[in-house]
Amino acid sequence: MRTATILLLLAVLLFAVSVIASGIGPYRIPPLDVLKAVLRRVADGSDSSAIDTVLFNIRLPRVAAAACVGAALAAAGAAFQSLFRNPLVSPDILGVSTGAGLGAVIGILLGLPVVMIQALGFGGGLLTVVVVAALARSLRGSGDVLVLVLAGIVVGALAGAGISLVKVLADPYDQLPAITFWLLGSLAGVKANDVAATAPVVLLGLAPLILLRWRIGILSLGDDEARALGVEVSRLRTIVITAATLVTASVVAISGVIGWVGLMVPHMARLLVGPRFDRLLPAAILLGAAFMVGVDTLARSAARIEIPLGVLTAVIGGPVFVWLLARNRRKLLP
Amino acid sequence: MTLLEARDLAIGYGRTRIAGGLNLSVMAGSVTCLLGPNGVGKTTLFKTLLGLIPPLSGTVEIDGSDLSQLDRQTIARQIAYVPQAQIAEFPYTVIDLVVMGRTAHLGTFGGPRRADHEAAMAALDKLGIASLAERDSTQISGGQRQLVLIARALAQRTRIVVMDEPTASLDLGNRILVLDTIRGLAGSGLAVVLSTHEPEHAFVVADRVAILGRDHFATGPVEAVMTSQELSQLYGVALNVEQTPSGRLVVGPA
Repeated sequence: MRTATILLLLAVLLFAVSVIASGIGPYRIPPLDVLKAVLRRVADGSDSSAIDTVLFNIRLPRVAAAACVGAALAAAGAAFQSLFRNPLVSPDILGVSTGAGLGAVIGILLGLPVVMIQALGFGGGLLTVVVVAALARSLRGSGDVLVLVLAGIVVGALAGAGISLVKVLADPYDQLPAITFWLLGSLAGVKANDVAATAPVVLLGLAPLILLRWRIGILSLGDDEARALGVEVSRLRTIVITAATLVTASVVAISGVIGWVGLMVPHMARLLVGPRFDRLLPAAILLGAAFMVGVDTLARSAARIEIPLGVLTAVIGGPVFVWLLARNRRKLLP
Repeated sequence: MTLLEARDLAIGYGRTRIAGGLNLSVMAGSVTCLLGPNGVGKTTLFKTLLGLIPPLSGTVEIDGSDLSQLDRQTIARQIAYVPQAQIAEFPYTVIDLVVMGRTAHLGTFGGPRRADHEAAMAALDKLGIASLAERDSTQISGGQRQLVLIARALAQRTRIVVMDEPTASLDLGNRILVLDTIRGLAGSGLAVVLSTHEPEHAFVVADRVAILGRDHFATGPVEAVMTSQELSQLYGVALNVEQTPSGRLVVGPA
């Protein structure tokens, strides 16, 4: 009952942050007008005022994209933490983000259109995980978790080297700034059709994580105990890795590489609802979405220029994470 | 009634063979105690009996069905595992940990319901640790943690329980409590298999004994197997089984 209340409050928080964020910017819209405009649009589909233009073409797609990114990274982080029985891992652990980054910067280097850059980013992320899994399997047949993590670090480092090479090769006046900005993460260029293309993929990846959340929590007890409790560990692990990679790669493709969210948000959610994964996952999804909408609003409105998201999440995430650990050592670290 | 039966079992990992020619049959309502020196493969045998690793040869049958033909959920409704107590990576509460024992009875997409919480509380109650329910399982004593894991196995409602050194980290009081509990489980019709480093626990709690030595496996009623000669050979030091004036059997250096 308490968990349900907290989840309801988090949903209200996400809603409030989204409405307020939609009103903030060079053209200010009061929250009430945002709600009115949305209701009017839903009711008769009319699209006339300046408010509508700003809201539906610029603000709302960006808010929705931020919510998708935050929800996806937080869910993937929470799932990987349970899977690897380690509260300190995040989607980066399998080289997903770096692999997606490599795919995307190659797209920029080749001067491909945005859609192709996203597709390459997505493909890079998935390919990385396939290579990591194959490498781990060939090293140790049963897919030992530690071998998987090591393979992730190795392949991630290779992808990182590839990114550095692309940066050296890139045109320093035209391509390099775009690459750098992309690697730091940004939602500045997000359009409504990007969101329409990404959101279904994110939902597709989140669905198995949400449906199987009780069993995913059992994985945190270790392979032998989980199997003795009736869980088909290797099958479930494949599903979780595939789903978490899918959501990570698909949001990296529209937002670039954004660190810290996948690590920090699950910890904040754990403080609210405890470590049980079936309660943690929905809390992390709602909190991650709200957090990202807030941070992205800060990124586009706090200064004259767009602040890269990766910079903001690191500046906020690093200290907050240390503070969380220091204040809650007993709750977070056994 | 035989619930768990191993036939001509060879155990090990991959190409490493640890022991072979093992025959074991465990009856409902009985306690079987597995004795053996360190590193001889007791845990490996347990993992094979639980179907966590495949046997190198031979078969394990649960209630007449070949273990290798059953899926994990079916196995987990028949046989529960109490591992050696270790601290979980996440600070689950005691009740959360015990409710996890209900997993085999839940649907693929389901979580625990009220009845599952009640089964978990009943299991804690049975072991007299209901007051620990809301405590952080990483902040309780090793003995309490062991009792929590036994409670989780009870919540699993299986007919067979396999316990890996359940008395290893316990003080005297908790050890007696756990041994009494094990006897009580057998009294209620369960088949219990446990390993221990204390031969005297076998005299207290077991109906049958299995001893696993370097090149030797024997099984039978307690008094028949646990002779001075057999134990001396098993542990590689001269041992003597004596009876105290009160009638208790103790093992000491010869």
